[in-house]
Amino acid sequence: MTQALLREIIDYANRANPYPLYEELRKTPVSHDGDGPYVVSTYYEIHSLLHDPRISSDAKNLKATGDDLLGDQSDEEGTTLPPSFLKLDPPDHDRLRRMTNRPFGPPHAPHRVHDMRDELGGLVTGLIDGIVETGQLDRIDLVDQFAYPFPVSVICRLLGIPREDEPRFHVWAETLAASLDPDPDADPTQRGQGSMDARMELGMYLAGLIEERRKNPGDDMLSQLATADGPDGAMTTMEALSTSALLLIAGHETTVNLITNGMLTLLRHPEALERLRNDPDLAVPIVEELLRYEPPVQLLPQRTTLSDIEVAGVTIPKGASVWLMLAAGNRDPKRFENPDRFDPDRKDIQHLGLGSGIHSCFGAPLARQEAQLALSELARRLENPRLLEDPPQYRQNSVLRGPRHLPIACDGIRP
Amino acid sequence: MTAAGTHDGALERLKREGRIVVVGASLAGLRAAETMREKGFAGSLTLIGDEPYEPYDRPPLSKQVLLGNAVADHTALPRRRAIDADWRLGVPATGLDMAARRVKLGNGDEVEYDRLLIATGVRARPWPNPEEGALKGVFVLRTRDDAEGLQRALAAGPRRVLVIGAGFTGSEIASACRERGLDVTVAERGDAPLVGALGGVIGAVAAEMHRENGVDLRTGVMVTSLEGDPSGRVRAAHLSDGSTIEAEVVVVSLGAQRNTEWLAGSGLGAGPRGIACDAGCRAFDIRGIVTDDIYVAGDVARSPHALFGYQFLSLEHWGNAVAQADTAAHNMLSESADRRPHLWVPAFWSSQFGVNIKSVGVPPMGTEILITQGSLAERRFAAAYGYQGRLIAAVTFDNCRWLPFYEQQIEATAPFPPEFSTVDRRPDGAKPLPADFPDPSVPTHGPTITLSGYSPADRKMTFTPGR
Ligand SMILES: Cc1cc2nc3c(=O)[nH]c(=O)nc-3n(C[C@H](O)[C@H](O)[C@H](O)COP(=O)(O)OP(=O)(O)OC[C@H]3O[C@@H](n4cnc5c(N)ncnc54)[C@H](O)[C@@H]3O)c2cc1C
Repeated sequence: MTQALLREIIDYANRANPYPLYEELRKTPVSHDGDGPYVVSTYYEIHSLLHDPRISSDAKNLKATGDDLLGDQSDEEGTTLPPSFLKLDPPDHDRLRRMTNRPFGPPHAPHRVHDMRDELGGLVTGLIDGIVETGQLDRIDLVDQFAYPFPVSVICRLLGIPREDEPRFHVWAETLAASLDPDPDADPTQRGQGSMDARMELGMYLAGLIEERRKNPGDDMLSQLATADGPDGAMTTMEALSTSALLLIAGHETTVNLITNGMLTLLRHPEALERLRNDPDLAVPIVEELLRYEPPVQLLPQRTTLSDIEVAGVTIPKGASVWLMLAAGNRDPKRFENPDRFDPDRKDIQHLGLGSGIHSCFGAPLARQEAQLALSELARRLENPRLLEDPPQYRQNSVLRGPRHLPIACDGIRP
Repeated sequence: MTAAGTHDGALERLKREGRIVVVGASLAGLRAAETMREKGFAGSLTLIGDEPYEPYDRPPLSKQVLLGNAVADHTALPRRRAIDADWRLGVPATGLDMAARRVKLGNGDEVEYDRLLIATGVRARPWPNPEEGALKGVFVLRTRDDAEGLQRALAAGPRRVLVIGAGFTGSEIASACRERGLDVTVAERGDAPLVGALGGVIGAVAAEMHRENGVDLRTGVMVTSLEGDPSGRVRAAHLSDGSTIEAEVVVVSLGAQRNTEWLAGSGLGAGPRGIACDAGCRAFDIRGIVTDDIYVAGDVARSPHALFGYQFLSLEHWGNAVAQADTAAHNMLSESADRRPHLWVPAFWSSQFGVNIKSVGVPPMGTEILITQGSLAERRFAAAYGYQGRLIAAVTFDNCRWLPFYEQQIEATAPFPPEFSTVDRRPDGAKPLPADFPDPSVPTHGPTITLSGYSPADRKMTFTPGR
């Protein structure tokens, strides 16, 4: 039963609206059959597992996988780059995350994200002006013309990657993101090879940059990762590589979806869009609600148990693969009132959209700021915007879910 | 049918036009008042506070304020909603007439109530010798004014600061001094800082933290007297080991005393250990009978906790004040069947020497300790406390994201030592050690939690917390 349901969730045909399937899934908070993963779909259970030290994020702890739905997930390990901290446990995870945080957030860099505000504003203005310049307001692809280039420029500037190189790693990022998608129909060996090649090429590209920054450090994060020398010592070249690759890919593949899902949701809820137009501060609660209602990361398919763990009456044995269905938990009626309602005024909103616990989204402060700015500016500047396709065409990925294109039209663009 | 269905409508009347008085206008008082309005209380609400200020937050006082990063008068508590209250600030309550349902104020006024909430908290234990305690340069730290004065004294760049007592507050003060580049000596009667709250194993880690950060830490000693100069300024302290420490600023950090003196003779069960109440926050009178109209919340309360064998716990914890205030307010406006117990699992945080310390449960109940994750040497770890084969508390140093797990384990009365393996388990955590708390019969100011007595009720009751 679970297997079938999971297949349906992963099936591209259900990408536009997986929520009824999640509802079905929640009827069994922890479901499992055959060789497949243990799938956890209810809020409290997911939340507690995210804080459970008996769960590992390191794929090494997975027992022989058998021919489960996942296909071969180990494709990213053992190749050119060591696993990023996303796929490590403490203490290695903690050390790398801490070192990465030093140039990025409090206590050592409390102003970094905040100080990017003007720069972000400039990028948003530039992109919207760019739409004006095309003169084509009857068909705007909000993904290609706005939601993709914006966060990509931001992550490039943050890391100090030359913008003109972006088209090259666009391809690598897509390939690597796709490798996260547990699509049962894809040919695992072929996909594995593709992602291995992409990782290799990306790694070589970044290695060159890091080498250069070591000699010639600037104010960017890549320089700081390359030359860091705090209480935790320095990162090895390989660590700096996999960390920057992680930031680069996360910067490419998640905020894009947050902004696109956000605009789509707002266009489906014109009254909220109207309120945002008149009150840009509303972007803060709107983005939080979006992270609950349409989270860019729908599920975490990457955890394993280190002990037998009892969850909601089910014993998940040691060495099992666990999937945490964040998007299902976010609409759990036991946790949220009227969970299927998009409600920017929701008060109690401790969602799972950015995860929780030690692996909670590293880039959260930046992602929030980007999405808030993007949505409030789009709301303010687009005159009478409307969806041209509903639902729009989605990306293949069921983990990092979002529209591939979002065609809209509007009557004009305010200055 | 009356409004309340089976009842006589008294509760509806109370909600509509009753008089509720809150004594103690700080964290617990404010949060309770907000909850009462939230629950639709439309009657008159009076908040009585002896401090001249509207409610403010205390934790920043020993942290950001002492560092000069926040101003003491900018720590006002954020309001969750308007409470439309009659504020009587700068005037203490001086007496209680339970029969007449009246609170007496220091200015001679009397305020009548239908329901009374007592949230008078604690105050800093003063230096036992009043003359010495009155010397210029001698401080305690509890209020905004204390913090303001101490921060000014630190900003003036004293040659040395002496902190007497290395509990949480004393340690935080020492940490702030070091961060400001001031020379500081800490004198502690116990064998290590935090030993009363977290035991000797963790205390040893805290001692290392002090020393590595350049604190002149003296343990196992008592300050016997303070010495002033002819102008009445403190200039030195004498220690039980015969040594003398010259210091221009002395901070007395010897724990707290409960603000219950104003209730003397009222007949309420209030004394130096606080005001005893039932799990629903209703105060006991001195006969051990629970009152119907007087409730207690926050640092001044002493209430039985089902999860800890119904021991009466007095908790000087921010989170406890908030949760207990909420429960008290709810119960004050509810029929008995709708009342809720205060089942909050004790939790506490501190930040010192750049380390974030958090605990859940009741560490001083623990007899054994196990380092379940991380390592003591790195000062990044999670440790579990065991008591009679069960997990009773946990503490984390720079590792707080795991704490909710331990909290759940405590709620589920999980066994100790834990039977599972975890990420980041190290050789440190191979087997449990004695938790090494000081002998409770030896007086120490240390613990922020005191335990006493327990009810004869069924101790095997299973406890499932509300979510
Ligand atoms: C410096 C400092 C740092 C702290 N740091 C932390 C921390 O990091 N983490 C943590 O969990 N907790 C911390 N705490 C503890 C936390 O602040 C308290 O638990 C909390 O303030 C308790 O709130 P309360 O309302 O019960 O009592 P209080 O805040 O003490 O309020 C009681 C109020 O009642 C007033 N009052 C007393 N008697 C009378 C009377 N007769 N009439 C009228 N008014 C009266 C008092 O003046 C006071 O304003 C800290 C406390 C201090 C002092």
